[in-house]
Amino acid sequence: MTMARSRWVLAACEVGVTALVIAGVWLYTANTTSYVLTPLPDIVTAFRETWLFGAFTSDFVPSMIRLVLGYALSVVVGVALGFALGSFRTVRVATQPVVTFVRSIPAAALVPLAIVLFGIGTSMKVFLIAFVCAWPIVLNTAAALAELDATVAATARSYGISGLDRVRFVVLPAASPRIFAGMRTSISLAVLLLVTSEMFASTNGVGYWIIQAQQSFDVSEMWGGILLLGILGYVLNWTFGLVERRVLRWHDGLHRLR
Amino acid sequence: MNINASAADPASRSTRGRPRRAWVRRPSSDALLGLLGVVCALGLWELLTRTGILPRDYVPAATSIIGELVDLLPSGEFWRAVGATLLGAVVGLALASVVGIAVGMAAGSSEIVWRSLRPTVEFLRPVPAVALVPASALMFGQSVRSDVFLVAFGTVFIMFVQTMYGVREVDRVAVDTGRSYHLTRVQRVRWIILPSTMPHIVTGLQISGSVALIVAVTAELVIGNEGLGHSIALAQSAGQLTSMYALIAASGLLGVAVFVGLGRLERHFVAWHQSQRRGA
Repeated sequence: MTMARSRWVLAACEVGVTALVIAGVWLYTANTTSYVLTPLPDIVTAFRETWLFGAFTSDFVPSMIRLVLGYALSVVVGVALGFALGSFRTVRVATQPVVTFVRSIPAAALVPLAIVLFGIGTSMKVFLIAFVCAWPIVLNTAAALAELDATVAATARSYGISGLDRVRFVVLPAASPRIFAGMRTSISLAVLLLVTSEMFASTNGVGYWIIQAQQSFDVSEMWGGILLLGILGYVLNWTFGLVERRVLRWHDGLHRLR
Repeated sequence: MNINASAADPASRSTRGRPRRAWVRRPSSDALLGLLGVVCALGLWELLTRTGILPRDYVPAATSIIGELVDLLPSGEFWRAVGATLLGAVVGLALASVVGIAVGMAAGSSEIVWRSLRPTVEFLRPVPAVALVPASALMFGQSVRSDVFLVAFGTVFIMFVQTMYGVREVDRVAVDTGRSYHLTRVQRVRWIILPSTMPHIVTGLQISGSVALIVAVTAELVIGNEGLGHSIALAQSAGQLTSMYALIAASGLLGVAVFVGLGRLERHFVAWHQSQRRGA
């Protein structure tokens, strides 16, 4: 009885407080004289008109192509490099200071460098995303390989499992939870770099579109673009969680058995 | 054997709570190997640029970048840029910590508070801080306040979530013991909940530290307020490539300093915690 009631109270809080927050923002933006905060309905209208029709193919699609290409490249390179570092302790220790330095560079500082090397086109963005996003994947893969369970490794050895079979059936499954952890860090870095490079130097894309709107003081349009990025971040996060749960389902099951 | 190998591993150093014994046992050989790696990387870079395999027009030689970096060190302009970036990152992170830890404590100890905030937090959390760069430019202009606002937004949810999980994992028996000894709510927070949550908070600070630096540099790059990001952009648009590379290297060194500094902080604050005890 009390359990059921407290569940209702919690749900009421969840809905009620959120409704209050939205109402508060709505009222505040409707009455404020600030030119930065525009009324909520205007933003929704700007969002609908821009992203459902006008700029979808001209700006949203190119952005997504850059994101997917760069991220895919970073996963492939990151896992391969992680295997190389994780398999040989000497290589790992020798490269440690260099790797620590390179991955400590604040990602956005590399945008001007990428422009010098690749111009302001799509290849610049793909390179930048791939280069920065590879590091978390490299480090996680290498750590997972170095920490490979001693019993598992010894069992594989005594059964004579080696070469590609060892990678496919022993190492990759053992490393996959950490590879996914690295990939999760990388996905938010990928969005950051995509948007930053488009804001800084581009001729199309979501970031370019938002910065254009800001510079022409088209504030509703700007907030509409920000809303799109918010939704994009949410959807990417959610999709990633879904894929991760599916791929690592055996892993969860294993833990439940123990 | 296996454990020692991984404890010396740079990659696993971010995972908390493993005594770094291998570093103690054979520091000299590992450090030498690392130094060798640095020398080899710089040598390879130098060779590739001197022989023209990498285009000299785009990639200056390693020695000239290092020379430029040394030339930067006495320059007041350089230190002003570093100071502006650090100021934005530190003030933003401090604001985020105060708000994130306070609200995280409340949400961690009360289900009603967490459920009331959940939809708003879950909606705002995945929004990339960089999305707000143009809005921040309109609201705060080319000032350090843009940095502060964006850094605070980018790190507050990390601090909030870490604190909340930390509070949830506080030992119930310890809290109940405190209650039966008639500790007041404030005393319980001060002597039981805060110390138990500290490892989580410090981990949150470590994650937030690098995020804060990235966000500050991003803001400077796009908005053009003073700081390392802006200096790098200026050097690039002026075609001073050696200077651009040197500034990027400096920002990398700053990143290493923040990473190492926050690592020290972790060891200082949670030295008593069992994950940090040797031979525990």
